[in-house]
Amino acid sequence: MARVLVLFAHPALEKSRVNRRLLKALPKLPGLTFHDLYEHCPSFHLNVAYEQELLTNHDTIIMQHPLYWYSVPPLLKQWMDLVLEHGWAYGLRGEALRGKQVFQIITVGGPASSYMHEGFQKHTLRDFLLPIEQTARLCRMDYLAPYVIYGTHRLNEDDLVREAVAYRRLLEWVHNNQLPFDGSATQSYATMNEAMSTLAPEVLV
Amino acid sequence: MNGSLLFQAFIYLAAAVIAVPIAKRLGLGSVLGYLLAGVVIGPFMLGLVGQEGEDVMHFAEFGVVMMLFVVGLELEPSLLWRLRQPILGLGGLQVLVTSLVFAGLGIVVGLTWQEAVAIGMTLSLSSTAIVLQSLAERGLLKTEGGQSAFAVLLFQDIAVIPMLALFPLLAAGGSAAAEHHDEGHASTTLIASLPPWAQTLAVIGAVAAIIVFGRFLVRPALSAIAQTRLREIFTAAALLLVIGIALLMSAVGLSPALGTFLAGVVLANSEYRHELESDIDPFKGLLLGLFFIAVGASIDFGLLFAQPLLIVGLVVAIIAVKFAILFGLARSFRLSMDQSALVAFSLPQVGEFAFVLFSFARQEGVLTAALTDPLVAAVALSMALTPLLLVINERFVQPRFGTRKAEARPADAIDEENAVLIVGFGSFGATVGRLLKANNIRTTVLDIDSDRVDLLRKLGLKVYYGDASRYDLLASAGAGHAKILVIALDTPEKTMALVHTAKKHFPHLTIYARAFDWNDAQDLVRAGAHHVYRESVDTALRMGAEVMQTMGFRAYQARRATQTFLHHDEQSMHELVAHRDDQAAYLTNARRRIADLEQLLLADLADADLDRDAGWDPDSLREEVRQQAGLSA
Ligand SMILES: Cc1cc2nc3c(=O)[nH]c(=O)nc-3n(C[C@H](O)[C@H](O)[C@H](O)COP(=O)(O)O)c2cc1C
Repeated sequence: MARVLVLFAHPALEKSRVNRRLLKALPKLPGLTFHDLYEHCPSFHLNVAYEQELLTNHDTIIMQHPLYWYSVPPLLKQWMDLVLEHGWAYGLRGEALRGKQVFQIITVGGPASSYMHEGFQKHTLRDFLLPIEQTARLCRMDYLAPYVIYGTHRLNEDDLVREAVAYRRLLEWVHNNQLPFDGSATQSYATMNEAMSTLAPEVLV
Repeated sequence: MNGSLLFQAFIYLAAAVIAVPIAKRLGLGSVLGYLLAGVVIGPFMLGLVGQEGEDVMHFAEFGVVMMLFVVGLELEPSLLWRLRQPILGLGGLQVLVTSLVFAGLGIVVGLTWQEAVAIGMTLSLSSTAIVLQSLAERGLLKTEGGQSAFAVLLFQDIAVIPMLALFPLLAAGGSAAAEHHDEGHASTTLIASLPPWAQTLAVIGAVAAIIVFGRFLVRPALSAIAQTRLREIFTAAALLLVIGIALLMSAVGLSPALGTFLAGVVLANSEYRHELESDIDPFKGLLLGLFFIAVGASIDFGLLFAQPLLIVGLVVAIIAVKFAILFGLARSFRLSMDQSALVAFSLPQVGEFAFVLFSFARQEGVLTAALTDPLVAAVALSMALTPLLLVINERFVQPRFGTRKAEARPADAIDEENAVLIVGFGSFGATVGRLLKANNIRTTVLDIDSDRVDLLRKLGLKVYYGDASRYDLLASAGAGHAKILVIALDTPEKTMALVHTAKKHFPHLTIYARAFDWNDAQDLVRAGAHHVYRESVDTALRMGAEVMQTMGFRAYQARRATQTFLHHDEQSMHELVAHRDDQAAYLTNARRRIADLEQLLLADLADADLDRDAGWDPDSLREEVRQQAGLSA
């Protein structure tokens, strides 16, 4: 049983379509902690000690957020600035996060087909996420391929229902240590969705 | 028995204080408790009260008058207008059909038609006092069935007046109306000697007077009285109003209850509605209780044991006939099964007016004592059975209906009431209230400043006048349904009193309290306020931040410093609350404040983190890099 921390950042959840649906499907499991950053620190005033303790007490860290300007929402960036302190998360004596798994659950407005070198966005999503990936590596964490929901603008009601079910199942797997691959597989797959459909198609909806 | 007033009062109060809580505990409702208390102290058991019971009942009937005033207060004219169909239709048909059926039955068993009509009309009435009290207690008044029952009762109260006028005409000897003299009731009055057209005029004039005075005189008068801030004078004014109207109505031969009801409706839109209600409420409650006890004591068990078959048969017949008619009519007025059952189960008794009407009829020579004695006994028993019938309805009948409206309704009631109560609408409370209103959160405001109440009401806000630390006022403002209590009063003492009241009577409320300094913030936390805000803190910190900026700090740094400081400050407060009382009890307020300040300053020194956002601080990284590169600092 992994201790899982969902670090959630959405500045306007009341306007959200996708993430709000996902959160409704969030399973209640012992050891799974949901941490709503914008709800917890509306003034961007992070309690660093508290945030660090949360990280220490979990094995798998999931950053869940919408993609805003090819990046994370600002409070999540602020969180990285202030919580990942030198000497604690990185640097010679920064060992606190070593070996923890980390991955993102990202909702993305553009369709998957646009995030290709020859596509509309000119780069893959992984290209845009490199800063996060490298941050995780600097903190000696095990960065897994992100779980991505593309083309959010075009999702209809049925799609949302399906995505919510898949989301719930994903969190249950992570919680049960049932992920069909580990960090080393990351480089071979662009997204966790892809890795799953190849390595463990039987568990997909 | 010792007949002294104090002794009597002692007996009645003791009976009520013992019987009512027991009845409530057993889920039987307070009315049954009072009735049973009356039976126990009455002539047929302990015999502690007896001969004076009639007088007591007379006096206690004033409770009904007050109750209708309060009912009127809760009934805005628009609502009354919406009820016109059930009042005239359902109420009118109920009185008509029931009277005819009972009269028919009377003729069948061999009464003269005059006797039969008199009895039929009397038996068609139900007990306003018992029914309204029982329904209100069960929270059923606002249901559809409850509203219909209320409408029927209202019509009956009006119908009493023509009935009283009709009885003399029914008298066998055809004795003239002017002859009768009933010291208890209103028919012989100041205006009895006037010619009929003048009487009519007087009646219309009295009703118009209530409406006009209620509108244009009573409100400014109450406003002036409220400004004196003397609560007991306000109470006196409320009583004066009710008694005055009762006298006026009696003088012109109308039912006092109807008059005060009308006055209540006229004042229902006024800002003093809640204050009036909570001032009258205790008197009303006590008098009604007294009334129920008197009814219990008046049940003639001697007659019951002498002619058990006759009396029981009468009770059963009365209840069965009235029940059937009520249910049928309710159904034909398109009430659902469960609501029709509620109407039928609440109204099948005969009301307190029967005592008046029967004795009046006897004086007029319409009925003989041989007829009225068993009927009076049956009436009293039917009243006593009402609470039991309602319990049966609630426990055994309603659960059979799939819908159970009675349970669905309270949620509606919550929608009507606002979830947030703001107490105190000075600049502090007003800021909170305006923010909430701007974001579509509906609030109910209570304030003690009558000028402000006037102004805010003119602006269309839902504002009520009154001292919110009183339980009854909080209750009528909807504290029972609200979720949040915002206390924005301007003194610590009043705030504290309100927190205590709220904690005691409405423990479900989440309390947000304005505090003034450390001292009372801590006291409030200890008293159970959930969120406490020292009014000066945020302003002081903002000022401090701007001083920092002027001294050369960057704006964002100053802002973050205040946030960190606020967090630290709040935490210290909650820590100190835990250690507070052991020593603080011995200190004067001034000493306490100094002691607090000392603790605070020490805590500031101890918290070394106060000035750092280490994540943004590259110093330690720079040092590490330079060390690795073999450079010296
Ligand atoms: C300020 C802002 C910036 C955005 N930037 C991007 C972007 O760079 N690329 C993209 O594909 N979608 C972008 N989007 C679309 C969001 O990713 C998309 O609306 C969101 O993931 C939907 O999730 P939600 O319904 O939970 O808010 C942006 C949306 C906003 C509001």
